[in-house]
Amino acid sequence: MPSTPGLLDSVDSQPRSATWKDKILPVMLAASLGLILLYGAVFAETAALHNAAHDARHSAGFPCH
Amino acid sequence: MAGMFDLAAFKRIISAAALAGMLAGLLLTAVQQIQVSQLILKAETYEDAASTAAVSQSAHAYSSAENMHHEQDAWQPATGVERTLFTALANISLGVGFGLLLGATICLRGEAGGWRSGLLWGLAGYMVFFVAPSLGLPPEVPGAEAAPLVDRQLWWLMTVIMTAGGLSFLIFARTGKVKILGAVMLGIPHLIGVPQPQVHASTAPVELVHAFIYATAIANAVFWLAFGGLMGFFYKKFA
Repeated sequence: MPSTPGLLDSVDSQPRSATWKDKILPVMLAASLGLILLYGAVFAETAALHNAAHDARHSAGFPCH
Repeated sequence: MAGMFDLAAFKRIISAAALAGMLAGLLLTAVQQIQVSQLILKAETYEDAASTAAVSQSAHAYSSAENMHHEQDAWQPATGVERTLFTALANISLGVGFGLLLGATICLRGEAGGWRSGLLWGLAGYMVFFVAPSLGLPPEVPGAEAAPLVDRQLWWLMTVIMTAGGLSFLIFARTGKVKILGAVMLGIPHLIGVPQPQVHASTAPVELVHAFIYATAIANAVFWLAFGGLMGFFYKKFA
């Protein structure tokens, strides 16, 4: 069985997973929360949400109605 | 392991976004009281007058007027303090939402923050989320004829993504080819063209329609610059 050194080395994978958890994961989590908030304020067409955010949507130039 | 998750980076983004979004959202609400809100209320009097006229004309007109105003059958905040409060809430949600996106971007780029660079991010946000979409779909007062909502939302979303991508290529790319690609991306949504309504019409007079575009351009510029500056400031402070 030929081994493939480097790719699956624990030495190599550790800094990679560290970058993933240190940076990518918090960034993605924050960005997803932001998108959910923006979706509710801007795009959601539930009547109550639409009417509550109506003036804000018109003012920011988002497509409304 | 969950312990590896960088909670500090996450908290930093959340705290900066919450504070900057709340303050900028409140500022936007205050600025809107000067012109934007008055123009919306004025446009609604024309819209209501037009739909009342349609109701008295014929049963058929009544049903179409009914469809146009379906959202008025549902709950809506009472005009006055209640309506302003909900607008403030929506503005703050926008501010915090944009803050989380901007905080994530600043963190990903490994920037230190600070109000100066924040101002530049605010300017970019104004271009991406207001100026570029408004070139095709100018902010409208209530009562304007428009293309189907989903078409406009899709064009809006495409324009925002293309402008954000195009601007970042133009500014951050190291090679000329990628910069050119960025410039092309900026133009694509406008070459494709905006979804058009069958007839261009508005129940509001044309002066009011134009006044609304100017008023929103100023209000949103104030919001984005304040928001960007605050976001940069708090991101650095919470380091």
